[in-house]
Amino acid sequence: MSKQAVRVLIAKPGLDGHDRGAKVIARALRDAGMEVIYTGLRQTPEMIAEAALQEDVDVVGLSILSGAHMALVPRVRELMDANGLRDVALLVGGIIPDDDIVTLKAMGVSGVFGPGTSTEDIVKHIRALQSGQGA
Amino acid sequence: MIDLVQPLLNGERRALARMLTALENERPGYETALAALYPHTGRAWIVGITGAPGTGKSSLVSALAKAYRARGQTVAILAVDPTSPFTGGAILGDRIRMRDLAGDAGVFIRSMATRGSLGGLARATRDAIRVMDAAGFDRVLVETVGAGQSEIDIVRAAYTTIVIEAPGLGDDVQAIKAGILEIADVLAVNKADLSGADNTVRGLRAMLELGHPASRTELLQHHGQLMSVEPSANGHNAPLWMPPIVRTVATNGQGVDELLDAIEQHREHVLSAGLVELERAHIEIEIYERLRETLLLRFLQALPGDTLADMLRRVQAREIDPRGAVSELMGLVGNQAIG
Ligand SMILES: Nc1nc2c(ncn2[C@@H]2O[C@H](COP(=O)(O)OP(=O)(O)OP(=O)(O)O)[C@@H](O)[C@H]2O)c(=O)[nH]1
Ligand SMILES: [Mg+2]
Repeated sequence: MSKQAVRVLIAKPGLDGHDRGAKVIARALRDAGMEVIYTGLRQTPEMIAEAALQEDVDVVGLSILSGAHMALVPRVRELMDANGLRDVALLVGGIIPDDDIVTLKAMGVSGVFGPGTSTEDIVKHIRALQSGQGA
Repeated sequence: MIDLVQPLLNGERRALARMLTALENERPGYETALAALYPHTGRAWIVGITGAPGTGKSSLVSALAKAYRARGQTVAILAVDPTSPFTGGAILGDRIRMRDLAGDAGVFIRSMATRGSLGGLARATRDAIRVMDAAGFDRVLVETVGAGQSEIDIVRAAYTTIVIEAPGLGDDVQAIKAGILEIADVLAVNKADLSGADNTVRGLRAMLELGHPASRTELLQHHGQLMSVEPSANGHNAPLWMPPIVRTVATNGQGVDELLDAIEQHREHVLSAGLVELERAHIEIEIYERLRETLLLRFLQALPGDTLADMLRRVQAREIDPRGAVSELMGLVGNQAIG
């Protein structure tokens, strides 16, 4: 009788003001049986790393449409690592050029999801991460 | 899990976070760790905050935490939200309203889903509160939605319970209902900036006056203070607490200091009227619950194979009535299960 549940933090760093996409993903993950901590708009990297620590999540998902991903994502990763959250996966959703995807992945981002991604793919990605770790 | 105990007691936030997960997941060894933490509990003042969806609980919790920080006290927040019964997942969105608390090492916020089975909610919540208490926070604020039975159970883990009302949620008097009298130590009418707040206050006041003092018996029972429920003739020294009604605007901080004062006054009241009794009543409830659960579990484990399924079928087929079924089951394994 396992009481385990995957915990995911969904955050929207930066200054752009739409969180429709982030909400769609939050609901899809909820429907896939995950616990989604939704933190809302305009989160600083510090806020995100702090929330990830307090909530002891397995995965952090960032939704970034502002184009500021190359500034925000490495900073979040760095702060998470400094908080002892090296094992926590980091996912990024948004419009990210191919070159940047390569760079981000090299920095420890486990998945990058463009605008066309189906929520199912994100669920699958997280499930694969979990079975890779948890076994 | 036992390796988390010392770091947690030293105030390491990651250890606290991981301990909370361990108890939620009932990870092997969590019970030993909880037992090691227990002697370090009993210092925090535990405040339950409940009310209908959208009344402003999270906003108010955030504002209260800020006010406590301004008075030099540390605060842990536990925000409980329901798990979807269909998918087992949950969206925990209370942090959205707690942005202002970010970056303060004297605050720790944890979101918690209700997860599994009956009774489990109250148990995990109680354990989580204890862990936060042991971690050394001065105040633990627990947010729960609604006023169903499970929420009332959670409230029984709190020393001071705030029930939040807000205008504009349909018929206020209907929404308020009597159950609140039994659990509220302080009533907050939030969104006092909106029209209709006066009506809400009036409705609450009328209800409180109706209920005071005779029907306060139940409240006192809940607080384990059964001994002198009669108000003394001159009104002095009676262990009666009349819940104050405080108007607040969580979004701009109006009334929040008054609400905090009301909580602290209630704390003084409980401390002078007998925290010992209140705590004993809480412990008694918890021990009963755990006994009931443990006995049931042992009993079910002692039942051979599909005895239970078979019995359910027989009851449905009207071959035996439910009482008879229980006697028969007890006869089968009763003594072994308890021994
Ligand atoms: N006008 C007004 N709006 C408020 C006040 N307090 C909260 N709100 C708003 O009410 C909405 C709900 O606030 P929350 O704090 O999330 O309420 P809640 O009770 O925690 O909600 P749930 O956890 O979903 O049940 C938000 O849009 C708040 O900004 C207030 O005093 N006045
Ligand atoms: Mg809330």
